[in-house]
Amino acid sequence: MSEKVLMKGNEALAEAAIMAGCRHYFGYPITPQTEIAAYMAKRMPKIGGVFLQAESEIAAINMVIGGASTGRRVMTSSSSPGISLKSEGLSYLAGCDLPALVVNVQRGGPGLGGIQPSQSDYFHATRGAGHGDFHMIVLAPSSVQEMVNLTFKGFDLAEKYRMTCMILSDGTMGQMMEPVTLDMGEIQKYDKSWALTGTKGERKPRIINSLFLQPDELEKFNFARYERYKKIEENESIYEEYRMEDAEVCIVAFGVASRVSKNAIDKAREQGIKVGMIRPVTLWPFPKKRFEEAADKVRAFVSVELSMGQMIEDIELATRCRRPVLLCNRTGGMIPTVENVLEKIAEADKIGGTR
Amino acid sequence: MTKNILLAGFGGQGILFSGKFLAYEGLMEGKELSWLPSYGPEMRGGTANCSVILSDEPVGSPIVTNPDILIAMNLPSLDKYENAAAIGAHILVDSSLIERKVMRDDVDAHYIPATRLAADNEMSGLANMIMIGYMIRKTGIIPYDNVAKTMEKVVPAKKQNLLELNKKAVELGYNYK
Repeated sequence: MSEKVLMKGNEALAEAAIMAGCRHYFGYPITPQTEIAAYMAKRMPKIGGVFLQAESEIAAINMVIGGASTGRRVMTSSSSPGISLKSEGLSYLAGCDLPALVVNVQRGGPGLGGIQPSQSDYFHATRGAGHGDFHMIVLAPSSVQEMVNLTFKGFDLAEKYRMTCMILSDGTMGQMMEPVTLDMGEIQKYDKSWALTGTKGERKPRIINSLFLQPDELEKFNFARYERYKKIEENESIYEEYRMEDAEVCIVAFGVASRVSKNAIDKAREQGIKVGMIRPVTLWPFPKKRFEEAADKVRAFVSVELSMGQMIEDIELATRCRRPVLLCNRTGGMIPTVENVLEKIAEADKIGGTR
Repeated sequence: MTKNILLAGFGGQGILFSGKFLAYEGLMEGKELSWLPSYGPEMRGGTANCSVILSDEPVGSPIVTNPDILIAMNLPSLDKYENAAAIGAHILVDSSLIERKVMRDDVDAHYIPATRLAADNEMSGLANMIMIGYMIRKTGIIPYDNVAKTMEKVVPAKKQNLLELNKKAVELGYNYK
């Protein structure tokens, strides 16, 4: 129906956010995600929305907390060092049970790092986005089309479960152009009876807060939150498979690493190696069940990453360490080549094992 | 069929724009494609490059490491990518900026003094599109008839005054003997 257009990943993501009903964007420029802010700056004033360049990343995430408290669809975006600065706010969003979309177009780290693509914020996104017991839903796009689809889905999941959804992208996805369709369908409506919309003197004030001095009260909230997380783990994990039917070696990769892996899998198949890929689209919740099943059939896994093996822990946990997990990685802004992945596939193929 | 194209030169030569032209052409033909620029400080001087993949299949990695077509618009780019080009690749060289010849004998090398032609024809800054025209002639990857329509799509509305000149630059490159 809708025509395909050519867009950069960052711009497509921004347009998808607008189509998803986001009218409040708070950000601060940083390569390689600046196009998101630039696009919002251009579009928001024309559609009655708010684009606000904050004085810092910290200010921006706190504006998101404020905006989210009113029940509106709000977002911020940044790249790795900027996301570190937002950590406190991410914890507060969780403590307040507020829905928000946060985009991380990752670059090399640690520290100020570099500006080339990376996936080394995996731990931060899936485990330690801030202090306290909490999770974010983490979505990893591997094409410009998915930058669009997952942004739309991200807002939906955030509201459905009243929590932060993070798009964990990388510099390649943000900067590349591909044809995309922007036809996303209906926006789902959720109960907002918690939102601060003004009492007009007609109802009791609502309170959004993350401070609980009574430990038993705080515990109750944390328990309840983790009940919700359990449901998310059961119902919301997403993955895509590639040539897994008869695979004996299983690549695990997301984002740009999965794109490189696809080429490598095709080449390895030409050489007669039975290799496929499971690409997690949700990094939290990690698609554990599928990996548990895969461990019954494959001899080895290969984690292809732009980081130092951060995803291996999730693969080993999901498969209960029943199969070796090899690492094929580059880091610091480098991207594994098809040849790098091919070599690792060949190495993994030599591993024997009971089947 | 998949064509891996790598365009490389200085920042400011219009490398990314000429890549964009190829990407839009692919879009209009309904092809699968990707366009990936180098980004960062090199955009403001130094080497810039752009990977474009046009294919009948969904594109895997968007990074072109072994180009089937290499457009080199400065010496560092030719030095860097000549050996990476696939066997039988087309290597197109702006011979007004690169004095040396392509050293490999398992590729098709083509030479055009694009930057000088641009200056001589009052098209300064359009050596990139002259290269594209020449590339279309030598490789046939794009029907020449599509050029005008694609150009209308890729030249932004605010710069429509440059539309005709861009078309002429492609034509000049295409007809270069």
